[in-house]
Amino acid sequence: MSSWLPEAASSYAGDLDRLLTLITIIVGVWFLLAEAVLIGFVVRYRRRPGRRAAYLPATSLRSMSFVLAPCALILGFDLVIDALSAPVWEKVKLELPPHDELVRIQGEAWQWRITYPGADGRLDTADDVQTLNELHVPLEKTILFELTARDVLHSLWIPELRLKQDAVPGRSIRGWFRATREGEYAVVCAEICGIAHTFMAGKLRVESEAEYRQWLQSRAPASAPAQG
Amino acid sequence: MANAHAHEPGLLRRYVFSTDHKTIAKQYLFTGIFMGIVGGLLAYVIRVHLATNGQPVPGFGAVGPQQYNSVVTMHGTIMIFWVAMPILLAALGNFLIPLMIGARDMAFPRLNMLSYWIFFLSTVILLVSFFVPGGAAAGGWTSYPPLAVSPQYSGETWGVALWLLAVALEFAAFLMGGINFITTAINLRAPGMRLFDMPLMVWMQLSASVIFLFSVGPLIAGAILLLLDRVVGTGFYDPARGGDPVLFQHLFWFFGHPEVYVILLPGLGAIAEILPVFARKPIFGYRMIVYATLITGVLSFLVWAHHQFVAGIDPRLATPFSVTTILISVPIAVMLFAFIATLYQGSISLETPMLWALGMLVVFLLGGVTGIHLGSAASDIYLHDTYFVVAHFHYTLIPPVVFSFFAAFYYWYPKMFGRRLNEVLGHLHFWPTLVFFNLTFLPMFVLGFAGHHRRIANPQFFEALRDPTLVRMQWLATVGAVGMLVAQIPFLVNLVWSAWRGAPAGENPWRANTLEWTTPSPPPHGNFAGPPVVYRGPYEYSVPGRSEDWWPQTLAPERGAGA
Amino acid sequence: MESSRAPASASGFREATEVPTGRLGLWWFLASETVIFGGLITSYVLLRWRHPEWSSEASHTLNAAGGFNTLVLLSSSLTVVLAHEAVAHGDLPRAARHLGVTLLGGLVFLCVKAFEYSHEIAEGFTPLTSLFWSYYYGMTGLHALHVIGGMIAIAAVALGVRRGRDAQRVEYVGLYWHFVDVVWIFLFPLLYLAS
Repeated sequence: MSSWLPEAASSYAGDLDRLLTLITIIVGVWFLLAEAVLIGFVVRYRRRPGRRAAYLPATSLRSMSFVLAPCALILGFDLVIDALSAPVWEKVKLELPPHDELVRIQGEAWQWRITYPGADGRLDTADDVQTLNELHVPLEKTILFELTARDVLHSLWIPELRLKQDAVPGRSIRGWFRATREGEYAVVCAEICGIAHTFMAGKLRVESEAEYRQWLQSRAPASAPAQG
Repeated sequence: MANAHAHEPGLLRRYVFSTDHKTIAKQYLFTGIFMGIVGGLLAYVIRVHLATNGQPVPGFGAVGPQQYNSVVTMHGTIMIFWVAMPILLAALGNFLIPLMIGARDMAFPRLNMLSYWIFFLSTVILLVSFFVPGGAAAGGWTSYPPLAVSPQYSGETWGVALWLLAVALEFAAFLMGGINFITTAINLRAPGMRLFDMPLMVWMQLSASVIFLFSVGPLIAGAILLLLDRVVGTGFYDPARGGDPVLFQHLFWFFGHPEVYVILLPGLGAIAEILPVFARKPIFGYRMIVYATLITGVLSFLVWAHHQFVAGIDPRLATPFSVTTILISVPIAVMLFAFIATLYQGSISLETPMLWALGMLVVFLLGGVTGIHLGSAASDIYLHDTYFVVAHFHYTLIPPVVFSFFAAFYYWYPKMFGRRLNEVLGHLHFWPTLVFFNLTFLPMFVLGFAGHHRRIANPQFFEALRDPTLVRMQWLATVGAVGMLVAQIPFLVNLVWSAWRGAPAGENPWRANTLEWTTPSPPPHGNFAGPPVVYRGPYEYSVPGRSEDWWPQTLAPERGAGA
Repeated sequence: MESSRAPASASGFREATEVPTGRLGLWWFLASETVIFGGLITSYVLLRWRHPEWSSEASHTLNAAGGFNTLVLLSSSLTVVLAHEAVAHGDLPRAARHLGVTLLGGLVFLCVKAFEYSHEIAEGFTPLTSLFWSYYYGMTGLHALHVIGGMIAIAAVALGVRRGRDAQRVEYVGLYWHFVDVVWIFLFPLLYLAS
């Protein structure tokens, strides 16, 4: 199953993938067991002449326990799964580790507008670097993003990073990631946003620090000072 | 036996403007099946368009991006509101509740008739929306603002307003129906039929109606606000004016999640009726199943935000909703395991209704377990809005809407129409449907794990989705979908065959215990000459000491004989 | 599983609980309406909580008119109770008269509401002025539609009662009218009394 997932390219991708695998295994075992029992019963208890069905209405707690006991086990597995997934959620969505780079990502029908703060480190100043559909980040650096939408709902979805967050107009939602593999990855929109939702695509380029700085410099507005 | 009329009501009164619950049930049934064909054809368009990467779809033409969004939106909308609810709740509930509890008709027969005609009106309005300028609504069946109120991005002009009007009328119709079902089940039971003697189908219809009644209100409110935003220009969901798009999502899913149980429960009710009859065994744990149903109903109101984990809600809400969501798997598991246990040491015969009932369980198990992947917030980060979700909800919704429905149809058809259906054609209908259904939706789990996002008309625009394995998955899904549609042909043939050559059904072809089987097939107006008296529960099969392996609810106990 | 189950009345179909079927149906109907208004009111409350500046907007509603209307509705709830009481005593003409007074109360309510709307619009506060006003018109408008619906039902029942039938419906229409009253009792402080 893990071969069905795209390559993992972020620091928390591994946690998410392990969780997905674990859930699949746990539910997979229960699924196969239940199917085996179901189909087994159908085969084993086909109607045969001379054999009458048993009368088992299960009115007593003892007889019901044949169903309730496995369900109690399932409850246990359920709680284990929740206990294991809560820390992963916390890591990805609740914590905001100290960041190396800041970027604003705005979903628009039908493009991604990326804004870097420039040398002054502040967004919404004259030296901001803005691109359309092109997000570059340095390898192994923590990126803090502020996600918003201009018009309708969009959703920032980068499968290799295991990153997904809806972009809501009127809100600035913060998130983070740390890319761990160089390469080029698709940035797609995972929330239906109109006629050209199907064509809304950007690209994420994960590169060395030097290449990243060079790229930023090349995109800086003419009046801005050289990047540090 | 039949009520003697001074003069027979005319054709219009008897078949069109009838207050008889059985006729109204058939009206909902035929409308629902018709809309099922419409919804199925829309699915055909989606699947052929996707597999051929945008080639013109035979019988439909080329599908542009806005049109694709519209087809997807209307497929979902129609299947949930104009197929699942009419055939499972309105048709089965209307036909069976009075018969199963020994009543002459529903508590409010004229309200019942009104509900159908309002539903009919809603159907017309929805179908009209396909043909207005700008086409039908195109923002997903979930209709989130701001897109739903942004024609410049969605492309529609009249579509959303008509969609909202149609859905509002459909809700009104089902609220009326629900009030009727609840009042009837509580107050019109025959003498001796205590609540815990009601067949589980009645419990399920009652629970579904209560759940619907309590959950739909906030969405009606939300839909009114959405309609005002769209038509009048208010800003309830406009952040620029202090509104909040996410508010709509809460109002929608507060209803949306309980709604899936509204659809599931009658489906489980059909299974609960059919398994005992064809295994000749009591249902395993009747009370346990009732309590599990009630717990499911309550829990269903506490899970809604699992549809919104990454929607921008406060992330601290995610873990509580993950916990409630995963808990709801427990009462469902209780019911499923109880059904499986019903087969243990049974005497199972695989007539068509039983095939469909067992098929429902086999398929639903996969839908249920994949809910765990989505219910846990962290794993949902990856899987949300991918084809994994599409696979999951088809594996949970098609079992009640298709498998349970056909189980119920083949089972109660003799009672409804007085004739038998052909068994061979029934098998020819079931097995290909089962196989092609899995062929359609199993590949979508693969697509989902690969990160394939939803509601996109041109997957091959994306390099990652041009991967040969994923393209092959789309092909398999389309072969499956076309196969599923073709597999329904034996069913249509069977209907014609039965009308022409079907054997008379007789009163009780299945030797079942519940009250509907004590009436003629089809039952006359008024159902019963006088109130039947109920002496026992519905599932007394293979009772030790009795020569017969069944024991009708209304059979008076033999004097002097053992219990 | 066996017990003796002699039917309560061997003659015919009867109600399985002590509650008359009509009343049972009506209570479930009111439950559904409660959730509709509940959803609307909850949305308003949540948004109002987020927008404290709406208090200044709410100060432009006419508290005196709203207060007066509250009294009118409460009084008309009283008259509908009197109508039900008259039915219990078998005095159908008196019941019809009380229903008529209730109708009058509804009419007064609607007239005051119409006056308020026209005054507010003249002042420049339309449903599009701000989100507060959108909620104000939306919620009071939906409520007013329910008042109109209730009045139609009361009129129909009153006509029937004057001809000496459908007396049990007085109770049902009264319950519905109380519900309309209760919704108003929530709307009034939430929309009028700036806090």
